[in-house]
This record gives sequence, structure tokens and C-alpha cells, in this order.
Amino acid sequence: MRVKSKKVDLAQGDLTPMIDMVFQLIAFFMVLINFAQNEANDRVILPKSVLVKPPEETLEFPIVLHVTQDGEIILGGEGFTTDTLRIGLNRELAVINSEGKKPGDANVIIRAHRDTAAGDVQEVIRVAQEQKLEKFALRVKEDRI
Amino acid sequence: MKIRRKQEELRNEVDMTSMIDIVFLLLIFFVMSFKIVELEGDFSVRMPLASNSTGTVDDTELPLKLRLRANEQGQLVSIQMNEVQLGTDFAALQNTVIGLVGSFGPTEDAEKGPEIEIDTDFNLRYEHVIQAITAVSGYKEGDQTVPLIERIKFAKPRR
Repeated sequence: MRVKSKKVDLAQGDLTPMIDMVFQLIAFFMVLINFAQNEANDRVILPKSVLVKPPEETLEFPIVLHVTQDGEIILGGEGFTTDTLRIGLNRELAVINSEGKKPGDANVIIRAHRDTAAGDVQEVIRVAQEQKLEKFALRVKEDRI
Repeated sequence: MKIRRKQEELRNEVDMTSMIDIVFLLLIFFVMSFKIVELEGDFSVRMPLASNSTGTVDDTELPLKLRLRANEQGQLVSIQMNEVQLGTDFAALQNTVIGLVGSFGPTEDAEKGPEIEIDTDFNLRYEHVIQAITAVSGYKEGDQTVPLIERIKFAKPRR
């Protein structure tokens, strides 16, 4: 007597190449993902310059100030005006002081919108100077010709 | 009569479904959070508060003052370098700077090179200030950057 096999004929595709590709894609995006971009702010479009290059070393004790097109200053996700910026800077300086450093050791990174008034940036510098900060970095985008 | 299967193979198959699910979730996360990075750099400005006031001026240093004027819309209307009107041409500004400081040659100590004070109208677009800083800071010669003025400071803001 012939006994029929009950085996169901399942069409199984070979998933190996797809998994290989997917892992390669994951590796690609993992390598390229830049978590340091949290320094950026969507409201700020930086001006461009052909002369700047990405710094080889990160600046010590950075205080990042975003200056938006309408002159609002953003420090640590909080909005300030030139009148209230002193409060935010003092908060940052307290951290720097607690590490045994002076305000002069801090680097103020100014990320100002390209269409903001130059006077607003100067005001930011003036307020920072009053808090004894003296090293400033005007951040711009690298313009590759 | 017991009939034996001739080709009964013992196959150990690992269920890949859950792994593929997670791998695809990871892939979606990375694709969504991917952002093309634009390279950024800095123009360094060292400006202690004291230098803003009337301090002692070294007579041997050439005083360089750059005045940038703007209209009501914040557009640049004139560039003036040490009393010389340059229109709105940043190339002319760069040539003037090369003429003024080029004779000094490159200085090894950036702290001792010539210093320029930038005096702008309050409402001038910041982009023009960066263009001016670019013009006075140096220029590109192939892949090399030739530095001109590395010490930059701002005058008091004009209200």
C-alpha cells in the first residue's frame, strides 16, 4: 500500500541576502548618524564662508548661543533676550566655576541666523563680556566652492 | 505494518521573524533620524571687556577700522576701510587689506598680528558681517588658506 506523505509543500524564500543587505544598511546609518547635531537649532540658518574648516579639536567649556532671525537668544533650549541673557550665562558660569575654571576659559559659540541684525550679535557679545567671558567663536557653515 | 518515512530529516530551523522585525525597526529608526551633516567652522574672536574701552594703543600697530553701513532693510550700502570708500565690493576690501597688511608677512603668533575693528550699523544683516570677516581674514589659494588678519574685534553696537 502506498502511503502518501502529509508534508505540506511550503515555498520558503532564502532570506539570507535580504538580511545581509539590511544589516549593511543599518551599519551604514549607524556610522553616519551624528548625535552631535543636537548642538544645532532648526530656527538658525548659518551664514557661509569659504575660509572656515571644522575644528580639529572640540572647544573647551563651550557655551552655545543660538541667535534667531528675530533676535531671540536660545541657550540650553531656553529663550532669552539681551536683557535676560545674563541669568542664563550665570547658570553656565556656575558650572564652569564648580570645575575650578575661570570665565575666561569658556568658549562662547555664537550660532546666529544669517539674516539676523548684526547689532543683535554684538549685543550678545557685550552681555557675555560683562560676565567676563572673552573667547568667542562665530560659527558659520563651510562653503565649498 | 509500520511504514517508516525514508527521508525523515531532522531540521532545526530558527524562527527569524522576530529578528527581522527588530532589524527593520532599527533600520527605520536610523533612516528617520539620518540627517546630512553640513560642516561648520568658527571664526575666533577674542574680545575681553577691557579692549572695548579706550585702552593703551600701540603706536607701532596699524589701526584698522572697517565701517559697514546698511539701509533700513539691512542690506549693505557701503564698506569703508580706514576712510577709503570701497562701495559694496568685498573683493575690493580684500585687496585693500592685502595692500595694508600683506607687507607684514605671515605672523607666527596670531596674538601679535594686525587687529581690525569692525563697526557696523545695528540692522546690517549678519551675513554681510561674515562676508566682511571672510574678506579680511584671508583668502584661498588652491587648497591652502592664506591668512591676513586673525585678530578681529567689534566696536560698540550702534543703536
